[in-house]
Amino acid sequence: MSRESALVSADWVEEHKNDAGVVLIEVDEDVSAYDGGHIAGAIKLDWKDDLQDPVRRDFVNQEQFEALLSDRGVKNDDTVVLYGGNNNWFAAYAYWYFKLYGHGDARLLDGGRKRWELDSRELTDEVVKREATEYKAKAQDLNIRAFRDEVNDAIGVKNLVDVRSPDEYAGRLLAPAHLPQEQAQRAGHIPTAASIPWSKAANDDGTFRSDDELQKLYADAGVDFGKDTIAYCRIGERSAHTWFVLHEILGQANVKNYDGSWTEWGSLVGVPVALGDEPGKA
Amino acid sequence: MCGAKKGGLDLKGVDVDKEAVIQGQVLRGEEPVGGAYVRLLDSSGEFTAEVPTSATGHFRFFAAPGSWTLRTLAPKADPVDRQVVAQYGAVAEVSVTV
Repeated sequence: MSRESALVSADWVEEHKNDAGVVLIEVDEDVSAYDGGHIAGAIKLDWKDDLQDPVRRDFVNQEQFEALLSDRGVKNDDTVVLYGGNNNWFAAYAYWYFKLYGHGDARLLDGGRKRWELDSRELTDEVVKREATEYKAKAQDLNIRAFRDEVNDAIGVKNLVDVRSPDEYAGRLLAPAHLPQEQAQRAGHIPTAASIPWSKAANDDGTFRSDDELQKLYADAGVDFGKDTIAYCRIGERSAHTWFVLHEILGQANVKNYDGSWTEWGSLVGVPVALGDEPGKA
Repeated sequence: MCGAKKGGLDLKGVDVDKEAVIQGQVLRGEEPVGGAYVRLLDSSGEFTAEVPTSATGHFRFFAAPGSWTLRTLAPKADPVDRQVVAQYGAVAEVSVTV
């Protein structure tokens, strides 16, 4: 993967948004944002109601994902272009999700909704209904998803990247100030994890930083590009953004997102926890 | 910066003794700017949070006491930085003109 194959520009979207085989999908943390205005032709996915199992803490399964995309009119060979607010935070999560279920051609709109709005490009509240399809999802690609035992084994062996804010990493906060729910029992981070907040990968306007800047960001924080990497945050969304940077833009092999993240790790019995601003020892 | 109530956001339900509130309005001339982006940067310039402004141009952060920078991005305008000090017991009202 590379920047060229994973990202599209706003100009590209303007040019291709009506092409057959191109589906725009908006995914926001604020799920009402779409209703107030979206890029013409874009459909919406709700990161919680559409993508999370309503009972268990897990994703919708393969069959549910097939039913969802069939209902929304997405085909297997469509080029899916995802975008959203907050520097594409939740759009990157949805991108990872599409890749988890084996979708072939997915892209992110660089800069997401913010860059689009700052450019004063057009938004519409027109309702979009696509004709139903028969989407077939693949089994989950566990090469990009990490579970807790694997994370435990990775301490001191693989790169662990904690992408939460510095205060969450140090244990001074359990969640971002505007998201008080979904907290772990204990604060802190997984020992040896490097602290590289996800937001450092984005420019002020929400576009991704250059390849050189991104390489330097992770290398300076102690990521060894010769090793496998697991990224985590609090519930797995922000770390999907970092997974996108490492795996899709920089083309690193063997990068996984630990979606259990801190809300799972910080509630587990018997696992090590480090406090403070330093990574801590294995 | 002042305690201006004119156009200020209603503080009903907000315990200003326990929250270091930073809030205000983004204006272009006299007109409020909705859909601008206000970023909260900490004293080292590190990104902390971001909110879009409301239709009336308003925004609000629940920060920690200390010095912050508000960076405002709006369509057809250069970014504007404003320094602000947040503290418990007082609301920091900031009017940003782009």
